[in-house]
Amino acid sequence: MTAGALSGTAAVVGIGATEFSKNSGRSELQLACEAVLAALADAGLKPSDVDGLVTFTAETNSEIHVARNTGMGELSFFSRIGYGGGAGCATVQQAAMAIATGAAEVVVCYRAFNERSGERYGLGQADRPMDTTADRAAYAWMTPFGLNTPAQWVAMFARRYMHEYGATSEDFGRVAVVDRKHAANNPAAWFHGRPITLEDHQNSRWIAEPLRLLDCCQETDGGQALVVVSAERARDLPHPPAVIRGAAQGLGADQHMMTSYYRPVISGIPEMGLVGRQLYAQSGLRPDDIGAAILYDHFTPLVLPQLEELGFCATGEARHFIADGNLEIGGRLPVNTHGGQLGEAYLHGMNGIAEGVRLVRGTSVNQPDDVGHVLVTAGTGVPTSGLILGADR
Amino acid sequence: MNEEYEKRLQAFVGRELNPLTPGQDPVNQPMIRHWAEAMGDTNPVYVDEEAARATGRAGVVAPASMVQAWTMRGYAATVRPAPARRGFDELVELLDEGGYTSVVATDSELEFLRELVPGDHISQQEVVESISPEKRTGLGPGRFVTTLKTYRDQDGEVVATQRWRTLRFRPAEQAPAPQEEPAKEAKEPEEPKALRPRPAINRDNAFWFEAARQHRLVIQRCAACGALRHPPGPCCPECASLEWDTVEASGHGHVHSFVVNHHPRHPAFAYPLVVAVVELAEGTRLITNLVGTDPDDVEIGMPVVLDWLDADPDLSLPVFRPAALEEN
Repeated sequence: MTAGALSGTAAVVGIGATEFSKNSGRSELQLACEAVLAALADAGLKPSDVDGLVTFTAETNSEIHVARNTGMGELSFFSRIGYGGGAGCATVQQAAMAIATGAAEVVVCYRAFNERSGERYGLGQADRPMDTTADRAAYAWMTPFGLNTPAQWVAMFARRYMHEYGATSEDFGRVAVVDRKHAANNPAAWFHGRPITLEDHQNSRWIAEPLRLLDCCQETDGGQALVVVSAERARDLPHPPAVIRGAAQGLGADQHMMTSYYRPVISGIPEMGLVGRQLYAQSGLRPDDIGAAILYDHFTPLVLPQLEELGFCATGEARHFIADGNLEIGGRLPVNTHGGQLGEAYLHGMNGIAEGVRLVRGTSVNQPDDVGHVLVTAGTGVPTSGLILGADR
Repeated sequence: MNEEYEKRLQAFVGRELNPLTPGQDPVNQPMIRHWAEAMGDTNPVYVDEEAARATGRAGVVAPASMVQAWTMRGYAATVRPAPARRGFDELVELLDEGGYTSVVATDSELEFLRELVPGDHISQQEVVESISPEKRTGLGPGRFVTTLKTYRDQDGEVVATQRWRTLRFRPAEQAPAPQEEPAKEAKEPEEPKALRPRPAINRDNAFWFEAARQHRLVIQRCAACGALRHPPGPCCPECASLEWDTVEASGHGHVHSFVVNHHPRHPAFAYPLVVAVVELAEGTRLITNLVGTDPDDVEIGMPVVLDWLDADPDLSLPVFRPAALEEN
């Protein structure tokens, strides 16, 4: 396939989620089933239409359980992506590739967990069961020193970024403020009706300096699913399709899991730059053609280098781009119109893809005018992925 | 602490905490064998009649320090708590009332009067010997409670005694009067309350942690092209050679980045905890802790030198302190 062969062949035609809570009160498998059924209903399709499933390696609800419980029948394609939240957009890429190659016709991408009431990722990797795999051994360089949690891992990058470019805690805080502003207007968001000020951010307690509490996303119980079919079939379904103009993965040189501290420069996210270059090459679009973005925001500091790696501003300039109001509705690049993971829910970025679909449909609660194309990213600090979604025209 | 409380507490001295209570089973061979196996005690006099007789004994004997085991209720205590309220429960309540809600055993002095043999049936009684005035300890202010446990056989003869001391304390973070704590030079980590998280050791990283136990900070070096690499791995990313050796680091470096951890807290560490990425003079980087410095004084670019932290008998780690302190 050439660089652009995938572009435009498939579309997201259904989105569905459970409520986002701190204690769902039901099994992770039930959350997955509810999200999948909601997404299929949204697409106007039945479980028996599905012949492909894609999820995360981190997902506890295996394809067999989801397929059996929802009555899917036979599946000809199933695939999983690793590296935590970095998998999000790549699940849609897998679906699009399966459809483009004829491996499947209707693919559901899903992610569901009791991440707040069950296993909390924010508690980190200390005292996890030992084994001799390379992945577990990699933690040997961190946990004995007390560097255990995602917030701490990100803080190490953030400190270096501040040092190199003069960014401050307030610059990170502005990301949280705009996310929470958007969430405040979103009834599905956990922080609906609860905006924050920059002062609130500055007064929030340290978690891992330079990260404050309000730099860190919440933890969530919930499920989110997406339905992908060919662009052609999408035209027969109820909603305007969100056509996949670009879909890419990226793993950078000397990549580690959240701790790529051994590269010559650690203030950027080269794997996201790799994703961005592919997205633009596939779609024939440029940063100027992107009308809104859903940027992965598990922690505020890594939103800044994403803006830079994806070409929305020059390296080191993101703090000015943000302070100038460009991320607001009506700004140059409205970001995280659902409230992001800081404001809506932490669904490993899958809820952000759903918001990208709503932006293309024109149904976001914070719908900007003339969105055109939406760029969505997956987890940062890890091997990652991205999407460009657009209308069918 | 008011006088009234002190008086109520001292009234326990001489009181019986646990009445003379027989063990659930007589001394028996299967329990002896299980105990000896679990302890790794291979002395044949516990399990082999002939070997025992060869030592001048009448037959097998129970290990002396097993005396406690015969009267412990063990698992049964968790599913069938003692029905009657004992002096012990009253003392614990009174200590709780004084804020001494935490406990740590400090010492146990055993005296054995004769060896136990299968068929003996052991009972135990516990009496309070003394309750100390409040002492300031590393764990927090507390009182040492000393009791005497007396072990008797089926005929009422004393077979062993045990002087048992526990510290009943208020956890340090709730303790008043922090100004009375001894002044410390710089901010050194306090005594850890738990073991640091264990590193997952495998064939690719074991050499590094073994060298650390000998207080040597090593860097993996490709035997073919000489490139240094950390974290280590089996294959050279420069030339794909699988052969490697190590060089010992000079121990000099500078801070490339750092974090100051506040939350969540792991019990092995003192907070705020400084974790840094240090770039060594040799060019490789590693994650480490900074010691001997206030978190507020740490800066990117700061020169640092190697020091060693013997976290516990199985884990030694390279840590770094500001170079200026050493070189001035």
